[in-house]
Amino acid sequence: MNNTTTETNTMKYALLVHQSQEHFDRRNDAAAVAAGKAYGEALQAAGIFVGGAGLDSPQNATTVSVRDGKRQVHDGPYAETKEFLAGFGIIDVPNLDAALEWAARHPAAGFASIEVRPLLGSHFMVGTPKPPK
Amino acid sequence: MSEAATSVAIESVVRDSYGRLVAYLAARSGDVAGAEDALGDAFVAALKRWPAEGVPEKPEAWLLHVARNRMIDGTRRTQVRQKSEEFLQQIAEEAQAIAQAQEYFPDERLKLLFVCAHPAIDPAARTPLMLQAVLGIDAARIASAFLVSPAAMSQRLVRAKNKIRDAGIPFRVPEPPELDERVSFVLDAIYAAYTSGWESLMETASTHHALAAEAIALGRTLTQLMPREPEAYGLLALMLHCEARGGARYTSDGKFVPLDQQGTALWSQSMIDEAEDYLHSAAVFKRMGRYQLEAAIQSVHADRARTGRIDWKEIALLYEGLERIAPGIGSLVGRAVAIAQAGEPDAGFATLQQIPPNRTANYQPYWAARGHLLRLLNRNSEAVEAFNRAASLTDDPALREYLLKRSAENINSNS
Repeated sequence: MNNTTTETNTMKYALLVHQSQEHFDRRNDAAAVAAGKAYGEALQAAGIFVGGAGLDSPQNATTVSVRDGKRQVHDGPYAETKEFLAGFGIIDVPNLDAALEWAARHPAAGFASIEVRPLLGSHFMVGTPKPPK
Repeated sequence: MSEAATSVAIESVVRDSYGRLVAYLAARSGDVAGAEDALGDAFVAALKRWPAEGVPEKPEAWLLHVARNRMIDGTRRTQVRQKSEEFLQQIAEEAQAIAQAQEYFPDERLKLLFVCAHPAIDPAARTPLMLQAVLGIDAARIASAFLVSPAAMSQRLVRAKNKIRDAGIPFRVPEPPELDERVSFVLDAIYAAYTSGWESLMETASTHHALAAEAIALGRTLTQLMPREPEAYGLLALMLHCEARGGARYTSDGKFVPLDQQGTALWSQSMIDEAEDYLHSAAVFKRMGRYQLEAAIQSVHADRARTGRIDWKEIALLYEGLERIAPGIGSLVGRAVAIAQAGEPDAGFATLQQIPPNRTANYQPYWAARGHLLRLLNRNSEAVEAFNRAASLTDDPALREYLLKRSAENINSNS
C-alpha cells in the first residue's frame, strides 16, 4: 500500500459481527464452521490476530449494572435487537483501510454486518518515519 | 517590509500553498485539525516577524518549520503520543532539506482529497472537509453555502477530522480495483461543492453557486494531480459549461430563463472553449464516465451558440449512455425531454411514465418535464397540475414564478 505512515505503525481494531437470528441459527453448519476456521487461520498467518471469539446466543446473556451501590442483574442482552452481536475479533493492522479489507473477507460479511471500530488509545498513526528514499 | 506588504506575501502563500502545507503536515501526523491549527499559528507568527525580518526566501519551508514546532509543543502539552516526536523530527529534517535544496516540498494533496472523500467519512462532511482542508475556507462560509448553521457545520467538520485521526484513515492513493470507486467519491464531493445551494436560490443570484469558483479550483487541482483520469477532466468540463451560463440564467430583473431559451451572447465563450478542451483531453483515454457524459450533454447545448439549434437526438443518446453508467432519475427525465424535443412527444412521455411514482414524488425536474411534455401532447389540464406540483417543490422564487407562468399558459391555450 502507498502509505505515508509506515507499515510498522499499527492500530488495533475490533471487528464486531452483527447478524440476524436466522443466520445465527446456521452458524454450526459444516460450511460455516469451515469458513470461520479458515478465516481465523488467515488472520493468524498474516500475523495480525490479537483475539476473538464467536458468542453464544443472546438468550444466554445476563446483564449487570450497579446503581447507587446496588447490583442489578437482568436476564437477556443489553438491548433486544433484530440483529445482535454474534462474535468479535481484534486485529492489529496499519490503518483503517487494512482493517476494512480484512472485515470484507470475514465469512459473515456476505450476510451480516461487520462493524469496524478502533480500540481506544490504540492509534499511533504518528510513528516511526519512513527512511528517506 | 510594511505590514501591508507582509499581508500580501502571506496571502499569496496561503493562496498557492495552503492545501499543500496542510496535506503535507496531515499526511505525516494523520491529524488534519492539528495540522490546520499549527499552520494557523505559523501564519500568525509570520505576520509578526516578516515585517521586520523580511519574507524568507522559502516561505513554505519557514512556515513548515514553525508549524512543526507548534505541533511538538502541542504533543508535549498533551503528553499523549510520545511516538509523534519522531514524525515531527522527520518533518523538521525535511523542512531543512527543502530550505536548502531547490526542490519544492512533496505534494500530498491527492492523498488528502482521498481522505476527505473516504467512504468511512459521513458523505455530508466530505465536501466541507475538502473545502476547508484543501482551500482553507472557514466553516461559517461553508455553512452558509450548505444552508446549515455555522455551529452545525463546525461540529460536522470536527467530528470528521476526529474520525480521520482516531479511526486511522490512511493518507494514501488507493490502488485498483478500489481506485475507480474511490475516485468517484472524490469527484462527487467536488461536484457537490459546485452544486451546493444550486436548488436553493436565496433573494439574489449572488448566493447561487456560492462555492462555484472554489469547486472549479478543486476540479483544476484534481486534473493536475490525476492527469490520467478522464473523469477529472469530465467533471471540470461539466462545471465550466454550467458556469459559462451564469450570466444567462436570470434576466436582469431576476426572471428565470430555461437553458434552451438563454441568450447565447450572454454565455462565456472562453469558459465554453476551455470546457471543450478538457472534454477532448478526457476523450483521449477512451474511458467513458458519468461526468464526461454529463459534460457532453452540456456541450451539445453549448453548440447552440454556433449552430443556432439543439441536437436533441444526440442529447437523448447521451442520456441513454448516462443511464447505463449511472442510473438515476435525473438521466431518465433528461432523456424523456430530449426524445420529446426531438419530435416524438409520445415516446418521450412514455419514457417519463416508466419512472416509478415513488421516485418522482418530490423531484421537481420530473414535474416540470411532465408539465412540458403534457403540453406538447395538448393534455392541458394535466399539464397545469404538473407545473403547479413542480412550482410547489422548488425553493427558488424565480423558478417558481417561471413554473407558475408555464402553468397559466396552459390555462390560456385551453380557453
